[in-house]
Amino acid sequence: MKYVLKKIGTLILTLLAVSALVFFAFSFIPASPALSKLGTEATAEKIAELNHQMGLDRPVLVRFGEWVAGIVHGDFGISYSYNTPVTQLLSEKIAVTMLLSVMAILITVILSFPLGIYVARKSDSKLDVFFTTVNQMIMSIPSFFSGILITLIFGLILHVFTPGAYVSYKRDFFKCMAYLIFPAFSIALPKISMVVKLLKDTALKEADKDYVRTAYSRGNRTKAVFYKHVLKNAIIPVITFLGMTFADIIAGSIIVEQVFGVPGLGRILLTSISGRDYPVVEAIILLLATAVVVSNLIVDLLYKKFDPRIHV
Amino acid sequence: MDNSKNKKIKFIVGLTLVGIIFLMMIAGIFCTPYDPLAMDMSAKFAGVSFKHIMGCDNFGRDIFSRVLVGVRETMFVSATVVFIGTFVGIIIGTVTGYFGGWVDEILMRINDAVLAFPSVLLALLVIGVLGGGTHSLIIALGIAFVPSFARIVRGEVLRIRNLDYIQCVRLYGASHLRIIVVHILPNLRTVLLSSVLIGFNNAVLAEAGMNYLGMGTQPPNPSLGLMLSEAQSVIFTNPWNAIFPGLVIVMMILGFSLLSDALEKKS
Repeated sequence: MKYVLKKIGTLILTLLAVSALVFFAFSFIPASPALSKLGTEATAEKIAELNHQMGLDRPVLVRFGEWVAGIVHGDFGISYSYNTPVTQLLSEKIAVTMLLSVMAILITVILSFPLGIYVARKSDSKLDVFFTTVNQMIMSIPSFFSGILITLIFGLILHVFTPGAYVSYKRDFFKCMAYLIFPAFSIALPKISMVVKLLKDTALKEADKDYVRTAYSRGNRTKAVFYKHVLKNAIIPVITFLGMTFADIIAGSIIVEQVFGVPGLGRILLTSISGRDYPVVEAIILLLATAVVVSNLIVDLLYKKFDPRIHV
Repeated sequence: MDNSKNKKIKFIVGLTLVGIIFLMMIAGIFCTPYDPLAMDMSAKFAGVSFKHIMGCDNFGRDIFSRVLVGVRETMFVSATVVFIGTFVGIIIGTVTGYFGGWVDEILMRINDAVLAFPSVLLALLVIGVLGGGTHSLIIALGIAFVPSFARIVRGEVLRIRNLDYIQCVRLYGASHLRIIVVHILPNLRTVLLSSVLIGFNNAVLAEAGMNYLGMGTQPPNPSLGLMLSEAQSVIFTNPWNAIFPGLVIVMMILGFSLLSDALEKKS
């Protein structure tokens, strides 16, 4: 319990640091949002007026305080280019990105464990070279390219889905899921092969240890030794890896959303960056950072559960 | 047992792929078959032929020439990014690892916080602040790459610092600077070699990804990631426009990851 509290304390500190970093990074930019909003009509007075309207003429620290206070109440400010509250603008997109990320991690877990176990058990057969080669190749395909290949294979050759025909989850949840499974799969693909490789390597390393020999000498069958002894220890590094991967998957979804035309956080983040819509950029970065930090916390807790030897 | 044989194969294949990439890069610097920016409407969407071995894109530009220049761009950005990461990483890693104390505590806390952050996200944040373009991309990825190098170097310095020969040199009265430069830094090279290769692998991936998002090289200049996203609108009619640049990216990543696997210190 003390451990959990301590971890949550660090989490809050980290998030505060990230929000400060994000906020101050954007407040030192020379380009003024008022200027870019007014464009060619900008005069000194108009800029000053708009700055006052947006509250940009007040000290940075005051604005930061207000921004943080607003976030605690779920208010991320008002978008410069859409003129709507950021919270309202992002609420649906957050759900889409989260749905995509969770699907990707589920696919990774569901597929990689059986595959990894299979490959590890076949590691002394002739198929091993084949598995290793294929695995290495898949690992090297970046998710945006595998996404394009998937559109090509499933869209052009198999006609299973139409790229760009995204259906909002509010309209038809299952159709949305059926569409999102393709981007989720292309995010998951390199992760799967990484987990398979890691699981195989750690299982082989564990299999050389003394306790495994002891287990054999007690007369256990190969299968029993593998599942009850080797796998139990080999799985710990894999769980750490999966935890770190979740952050990567969230970041990866930003890119893959572009491949499949999914209207998640990725697209609005990119348009806001090029449109210098800072409240939106700040909010998205902070949200994604929160997702990353929280997932790291969950991993730490899970890790302790799987390996009781860990003390902090 | 056959582990060393395995590593040898990985080394040979990896070296071959990286060698091809280097040849492509050199061709990209000195001579491409066509001007990568020259448009030729008569060759619009020309297929694969001896004249255009990877075909032409929607403006009739030779894809092979564009890929060569793209490889040059990717290699340039990756090399600079890895250099920044290694250089700053060595400085931070040695200072924190060698001296320890509160500087170490603070820097490593920051380091770990940044490390937990996906590099794409960090790079997007930096680009959001600096604006797009190749220079911002290099700075953005450079910052994102520092923490992992700093962590590796720090661990290694921490280990070496407590070895007997360092104690011995210290007794001779060598200054801290001399101990670090003459006695510690040269011993980092094995660890650094494999992490530089992994760094290259990640840098190529990140560079292509950011260019795919349109945050780096600006059109009409070619880059592998940008070519992928440009080809996406014509993916159903001209899939080769996307497949060739994509395959080159895969080749680069595969080459560097095989090499780093093969050269990794045997544990």
